[in-house]
Amino acid sequence: MASDSAFKRLPANPADAVEIWVEGQAVTARAGDSVAAAVLAAGLGPTRTTPVSGSPRAPYCMMGVCFECLMEIDGQPNTQGCMILVTDGMKVSFQRGARDIPECSA
Amino acid sequence: MNAGLTPGCTDADVSVIGGGLVGLAVALGLQDHGRQVAVIDEGDIALRASRGNFGLVWVQGKGDSCPDYARLTRQSARQWRRFADGLTDATGIDIQLSQVGGLYICLTEEELQQRQQMLSSMRDALGGDYPFEVLDHSALKARVREIGPTVAGATWGPEDGHVNPLFLLRAMVERFLKRGGQLLTCGPVSRITPVNGGFEVLAGDHRIGCSKVVLAAGLGNKALAPQVGLFAPLEPNRGQVLIAERVRHFLDYPTGHVRQTAEGTIQCGDSKEDVGFDCGTTTDVLAAIAARAVRMFPLLAQVRLVRSWGALRVMTPDGYPIYQQSEQYPGAYLVTCHSGVTLAAAHAGPIATWIENGQQPDEFSLETFHGQRFSV
Ligand SMILES: Cc1cc2nc3c(=O)[nH]c(=O)nc-3n(C[C@H](O)[C@H](O)[C@H](O)COP(=O)(O)OP(=O)(O)OC[C@H]3O[C@@H](n4cnc5c(N)ncnc54)[C@H](O)[C@@H]3O)c2cc1C
Ligand code: FES
Repeated sequence: MASDSAFKRLPANPADAVEIWVEGQAVTARAGDSVAAAVLAAGLGPTRTTPVSGSPRAPYCMMGVCFECLMEIDGQPNTQGCMILVTDGMKVSFQRGARDIPECSA
Repeated sequence: MNAGLTPGCTDADVSVIGGGLVGLAVALGLQDHGRQVAVIDEGDIALRASRGNFGLVWVQGKGDSCPDYARLTRQSARQWRRFADGLTDATGIDIQLSQVGGLYICLTEEELQQRQQMLSSMRDALGGDYPFEVLDHSALKARVREIGPTVAGATWGPEDGHVNPLFLLRAMVERFLKRGGQLLTCGPVSRITPVNGGFEVLAGDHRIGCSKVVLAAGLGNKALAPQVGLFAPLEPNRGQVLIAERVRHFLDYPTGHVRQTAEGTIQCGDSKEDVGFDCGTTTDVLAAIAARAVRMFPLLAQVRLVRSWGALRVMTPDGYPIYQQSEQYPGAYLVTCHSGVTLAAAHAGPIATWIENGQQPDEFSLETFHGQRFSV
């Protein structure tokens, strides 16, 4: 689904390359990127669908207030992608609708 | 001269002071009677329970020491659907009213027994007409599969429901404005002066001339009431609320402690604290709210919290509303209560009608809610 992203990186600030997996696809990000920034820079998304209408969404405020960037990051659903920094080998998938909560066995 | 054309002056039939759920409900009801209404609100820094509440349209257990309050509450609950549909038709905003019954979950057998006794005595006081059921653990589990294994049971009220309180407030404002209502946020009302059988209300530098004035300013009523010969012995009572992330729908019914919104958000809370005018949050209370919620629904242990807040209830000494016209300055009314969501339909209905033309409600005695009861 990768396309030519409108998000261009500044040539300055070279940082170490970090490889993450987004929807099963390898994406090269930079150390210090948030997951949301890395996904946008790779031209991927929409990154979630809403629980109510199922309409597609993508990171918006990039500062933790709008909750549009929810993704499943390293197995944790409903995580704000803009609030988490990439780490090597991180697994990211998109959040589809409302998060499921497994019933407790108790 | 028409004061409405003079800068800094407004004319209205009725001024409603306070643009929370109570003031707006009364204002909408007066508009139904064709009145020109101005709502005057203090603004964002005010204490505003209407922005911080739990959203229940709740019947069971309300009025355990006051049958008239139980009648008032039930009448409002019955009128709520029509009220909600009116708002949605006028504004297109779905306020998510659901009245499919509600659960009051009891963790222990003692709690359940006390609750049952309380509801039974209410039923007696109301001549047998008070529907509820007591559910033991397995009956409760049949309704809510995710209920915790240590929960004793619940009481079930078929008349209970809930609503999205923020959409409600927004819809009320929009409808009010669409019908030509004036919403003035020109500073807090500092003075109400009776003039020529009417009133002049001073808000900031703005003057509003009107023939009636309704005090619906929540905790602000306390200071305003004496200016028109009324008495509003109100105290703040803090409630803290926890909001968790949106998750798959698992809870069909509102409970007194946990509810799930139409979008899937979890709202928890029911603390009652006497801490003055402090609407902060405290870790110990939030932890207790969370622990109780997890005991009710163990799956909530896996759910993350996204925010919390405190808000102040508007409390009279006996917890019941005050609906009163000033004897000294007829045309001035005090309308205040602690369950402004539940009672919104009654405020827009029989209470507004009484302010409009003095007609007494059929279902409950207004006398019960006279402020005189506090000055014996
Ligand atoms: C935590 C919590 C949970 C609750 N849960 C429920 C529930 O589930 N169901 C339910 O029915 N009720 C609930 N309530 C109660 C409900 O929220 C209140 O009864 C209702 O919001 C009160 O509305 P109000 O308009 O009287 O007060 P407010 O919302 O406080 O509005 C008063 C308004 O008056 C204005 N004002 C004050 N002084 C002045 C002045 N001098 N001049 C001009 N304007 C002034 C303020 O700006 C404010 O907007 C809850 C309350 C809390 C705190
Ligand atoms: S992009 Fe707004 S919260 Fe992450």
